[in-house]
Amino acid sequence: MPEPILAVTGVSKTYKGGFTALHSVDLTIHKGEIFALLGPNGAGKTTLISIICGIVTPSTGTILVAGHDALTDYKAARRRIGLVPQELSVDMFETVLATVTFSRRLFGRSGDSAYIEQVLRDLSLWDKRDAKIMELSGGMKRRVLIAKALAHEPEILFLDEPTAGVDVALRRDMWKLVHRLRERGTTIILTTHYIEEAEEMADRVGVISKGRLLLVDDKAALMQKLGKRELDLTLVDPLDAVPVGLERWRLSLLNEGRTLRYVFDATDEHTGIPSLLRELADRHIAFKDLETSKSSLEDIFVDLVEERA
Amino acid sequence: MNLHGIWAIYRFEMARSLRTLWQSLVGPVLTTSLYFIVFGGAIGSRMQAVDGVSYGSFIVPGLIMLSLLTQSVGNASIGIYFPKFTGTIFELLSAPVSPMELVVGYVGAAATKSVVLGLIILATSAFFVPISVLHPGAMVAFLLLTSIAFSLFGFILGIWAKSFEQLNFVPMLLITPLTFLGGSFYSIDMLPQPWRTVSLFNPVVYLVSGFRWSFFGKGDVDIAVSLGVTLGFLVACLAVIALIFRSGWRLKN
Ligand SMILES: Nc1ncnc2c1ncn2[C@@H]1O[C@H](COP(=O)(O)OP(=O)(O)O)[C@@H](O)[C@H]1O
Ligand SMILES: [Mg+2]
Repeated sequence: MPEPILAVTGVSKTYKGGFTALHSVDLTIHKGEIFALLGPNGAGKTTLISIICGIVTPSTGTILVAGHDALTDYKAARRRIGLVPQELSVDMFETVLATVTFSRRLFGRSGDSAYIEQVLRDLSLWDKRDAKIMELSGGMKRRVLIAKALAHEPEILFLDEPTAGVDVALRRDMWKLVHRLRERGTTIILTTHYIEEAEEMADRVGVISKGRLLLVDDKAALMQKLGKRELDLTLVDPLDAVPVGLERWRLSLLNEGRTLRYVFDATDEHTGIPSLLRELADRHIAFKDLETSKSSLEDIFVDLVEERA
Repeated sequence: MNLHGIWAIYRFEMARSLRTLWQSLVGPVLTTSLYFIVFGGAIGSRMQAVDGVSYGSFIVPGLIMLSLLTQSVGNASIGIYFPKFTGTIFELLSAPVSPMELVVGYVGAAATKSVVLGLIILATSAFFVPISVLHPGAMVAFLLLTSIAFSLFGFILGIWAKSFEQLNFVPMLLITPLTFLGGSFYSIDMLPQPWRTVSLFNPVVYLVSGFRWSFFGKGDVDIAVSLGVTLGFLVACLAVIALIFRSGWRLKN
């Protein structure tokens, strides 16, 4: 078993208004891994991260960061954590260098100019070090936030929706940086609502929806579970019902019988598509168009929730 | 103890003040000069000496207190309110900084600025009226204690406030009347009853009185009482701040 660096046990959160954003979440993060927390908007990703980082008070539960309780031994816990928030909250009147140096000191470290220079260079910010933050573009501001989070050399880095509203160049730089950090042993936890992003980046993925962590799995295993696709055939003549004898395939009718949908698993060796098409031809069921699509994240969540229920 | 953290906050706050150095100095210095021209020169020349001190000199401690209180409350409240407003407070909340370290950084910076300002106003006053300080040690102590106490109060205000209106409202509605009625421009002995007794419920009376004692050796109330009330106010503010952080009130969800 790899060493756990973060252990979340029974953490729940009910906000003041009475809304429960998290229902008893248990999660263990291993040292050095890249973990993606995948879930739609409002699932509770930011709430969970904010609780771990000390910004939101949990209603119940405990959090251990490298063995230090995040509530009672918060200094030892927080020194190890860096957070890049979802919102672009950064001091507009400060210069890049000043605000990054501030972050390093705030987290209890003496100003180490060589390290800060390295971080700024890694994020293509060095040339802008004396610029006021308000003069920077949105993408540049996000880079500054990343630099601030890394300034105190954290062991765990949280990236909350790191690619939301981010240009291609920054995305590429960010993934490069993430991999470089991982090579140095930094543990990375990111949130996203894109399956592709989780797939591209993470070693393990946790799926969260409506405040519940539905499953946590290795990426490969999860992608198989999430690898469902749909084949939609637009029929020439509408059907009243799925023809008898085609039960072997998971079929359904949509659009008043004009669309025949086949749900299949793209990762299976045999998708069953050629045989289905042959069978339809034999029965003289003609179609004028065909289209495949990935199940949407929403569909997958619904499936997962139903499986659980 | 996270000394680097305290220092970072202190420097950040001082740098913020330096960026607006001119506004923060010119305003109070100009106001003070106006007070001297009006109260010290125009009206004061027709007023009797109070307790053997010319009226112009008599109002110096009160004038300094007036600026000290307004500036301490204003600086400390905006210092903590602004991160709440812009969202940058997330970094402070997620940092390995204890509530008291946070307070030392923010309140320390606000109080430093107030003390410097107080001394500048004192120097400005010297242009208008003769000034002698009988108990310099006590004067510096009152300057420090008052700056710290009211910066703590401002810090609480900044955490409490949900809007810029609220942030300006309290100083306007509470601090300004209390200072004007706190004997800045008169000795409360000059007041008729029952106002003299009512004044004794105004904490500013004790600050001004103590401060004035350090200049002239005479105040409205006993110096020990002045010191006690000032310290009491300071401790009360500290206690409130401790409570706020324990509950996360208006800082954390
Ligand atoms: N301060 C708050 N008060 C009340 N409800 C909140 C607060 N913050 C978030 N929520 C609610 O909690 C749920 C989870 O929010 P969040 O953690 O931001 O989700 P995500 O980051 O996954 O999009 C949402 O329904 C949101 O409206
Ligand atoms: Mg979020």
